[in-house]
Amino acid sequence: MDILSLLLTGFAIAFEPLNLGLIVFGCAVGLFIGAMPGLGSVNGVAILLPMTFLVPPTGAIIFLGAIYYGAMYGGAISSIMLGIPGASTAVATTFDGRPMALKGEADKALIAAATASFIGGSVGVVLFTLFAPPLADVALTFGAPEIFALMLMAFATFIGLGSDDIPKTIFSIFIGLVFGSVGLDIISGEPRLIFGDIPGFFHGINFLVLAIGIYGIAEMLWTIEVSQGDVMISQATVSVRRILNSLRELTRTWKTMLMGSFLGYFVGILPAAGATPGSLMAYGISKTMSKKPETYGKGNINGVVAPEAANNAASTGAMLPMLTLGIPGSPTTAILLGGMVIWGLEPGPMVFTDHPDFVWGFIASLYAANVFALLINIAFIPAFIWVLKMPFTILAPIIFVLCVVGGFVPTLDMHDVWLMLIFGIVGYLMRKLDYPMAPAVLAIVLGPLAEPALRQSLLISGGSFSIFFSRPFAGVIMVIALVLFALPLLKIAKSLIRR
Amino acid sequence: MRMAELAMGVVMGVFSLYLMWKSAELPIGWIPDEGPGGGAWPFWLSAGMLLCCIAIVIRWAKRMTPESRSEDVYMDGRTFKLFLLNAGALTGMVGLFHIFGAYGAIPLFLIFYLRFLGGHSWRLTGTFAAVTPVVTFLFFEIALQKTLPKGITDPWFEPIFSFFY
Repeated sequence: MDILSLLLTGFAIAFEPLNLGLIVFGCAVGLFIGAMPGLGSVNGVAILLPMTFLVPPTGAIIFLGAIYYGAMYGGAISSIMLGIPGASTAVATTFDGRPMALKGEADKALIAAATASFIGGSVGVVLFTLFAPPLADVALTFGAPEIFALMLMAFATFIGLGSDDIPKTIFSIFIGLVFGSVGLDIISGEPRLIFGDIPGFFHGINFLVLAIGIYGIAEMLWTIEVSQGDVMISQATVSVRRILNSLRELTRTWKTMLMGSFLGYFVGILPAAGATPGSLMAYGISKTMSKKPETYGKGNINGVVAPEAANNAASTGAMLPMLTLGIPGSPTTAILLGGMVIWGLEPGPMVFTDHPDFVWGFIASLYAANVFALLINIAFIPAFIWVLKMPFTILAPIIFVLCVVGGFVPTLDMHDVWLMLIFGIVGYLMRKLDYPMAPAVLAIVLGPLAEPALRQSLLISGGSFSIFFSRPFAGVIMVIALVLFALPLLKIAKSLIRR
Repeated sequence: MRMAELAMGVVMGVFSLYLMWKSAELPIGWIPDEGPGGGAWPFWLSAGMLLCCIAIVIRWAKRMTPESRSEDVYMDGRTFKLFLLNAGALTGMVGLFHIFGAYGAIPLFLIFYLRFLGGHSWRLTGTFAAVTPVVTFLFFEIALQKTLPKGITDPWFEPIFSFFY
């Protein structure tokens, strides 16, 4: 049976009334969970996993897949509307999505995010359908040196994320990486950087604590300073004409969408990488490739499109090693994998031959989930805009409350709320001096992936850094990363020579 | 602004040194059969932070950044008052979480902010102060089963939970 016939069989399963209902419900629930600060797709899938025992296994995985998709779409909503990334996958969307909302272009940003998510998700599903087994084999050749090289490339793209002040940008990256290393040493298990033996540091610093502190509290304090406490009402509006105009304008971003989709998909496949590095790298590369890099961070639509296309493509990519090899590519797919095992389905190469109805029904449901998530998202845009039109003196305390609750929920520890407050206040004071804070947030997310990869690589090579250049994939990625690092340093050298 | 740029560079430099010292509590060199010690990663990153701070101070001395050339005040009186009121109200709310729990602290914060900082009517203030905790409770505690701190109000929730479960 060829792929097309299998896919058509899958569509017949996905469009059964119960499964279709589960797709629509899952997308809607996922959208709202993803939009809440502090909650992401992993929370949605984990919380609703017990509900899936009420339906057959195929319906269950279709439902969880739809929640996953919905939450990936929803993550952009709080990033754009409130400036608080709902999950790590939506951090990069905040950089340009929030400035667009502040300029009265929230509808445009939301449509761009939804459309890019749709394109990214669709490209991801098509690649998933056509190239699942060979891509899984390529992903398996990625060991610790390749993963570290990839992380280094992501950090190299961060250099271009901040202001032109390179020392401040590098400082921001380093401090994020150090905060990411707080907790227990991954190899020896010994406590590390436990300031004053405070128990809350033993579980490390959750990235959301830093992200909400910086993008929630510091951002609000900054906005209050700019408005000088006046009653400020956003000029955001929405109409069918504006939506159509925005869609027309989006056709100009097709290159960015495709770049984000392919990059995100491939990074998503890599075990333990997931959607976050993909979205961050897509943002960095989009800025590097742009003719107007200075407009990024100030409301450039490509800055919304690149990470959103990448994170949705990556969310599909992360399902590939889960389904074909039984290796989850992200925390959410780890829970999906757990669900499959509970339902008596053994993930791995044989699942395609042993349970074709299940696999192809699931793949077809991803196509449908993409369409429904887009439609639900666009249908709710007027409601999201309505929230933005509230006077700032009402919106501000509600955002502060959401920040505090969102900072508490991931770890259920008040220590993290206090830490978030400190990060918010210090972040505000640093922002006034043009310290770019985005790289710190990105580094705290990627640090816990980069450190074990580096240590494992050096252990394999007996301490020699040549391991990063002697392996083909790692070598190529390393060279690209070093070139990206060198570019801004050359810029500094050039300016010093001119002076 | 110029002095603030220097002060921030120096404070962050001192913080980097502190992080280096804390990191060195674990081995920072190579351990046979184990690879780099547990403190190596944060130690060398903190050293990198320190180098960046030195670069920031040198650039300040050479007036190479807009902040190091600026003669504007870092925070004028009105901005400072707004900062203190907002940051203070937020700190107060987080502190009250320990005593009155989320469902006591959130309405108190909203009343203070909406009525006294925002100058909104008592009707609007009361509506938000009443509705926000209810929505928060239903969404987080009932739908998502995420327990928020309750402080001394904890016993009041027993009948509510027994109603739902």
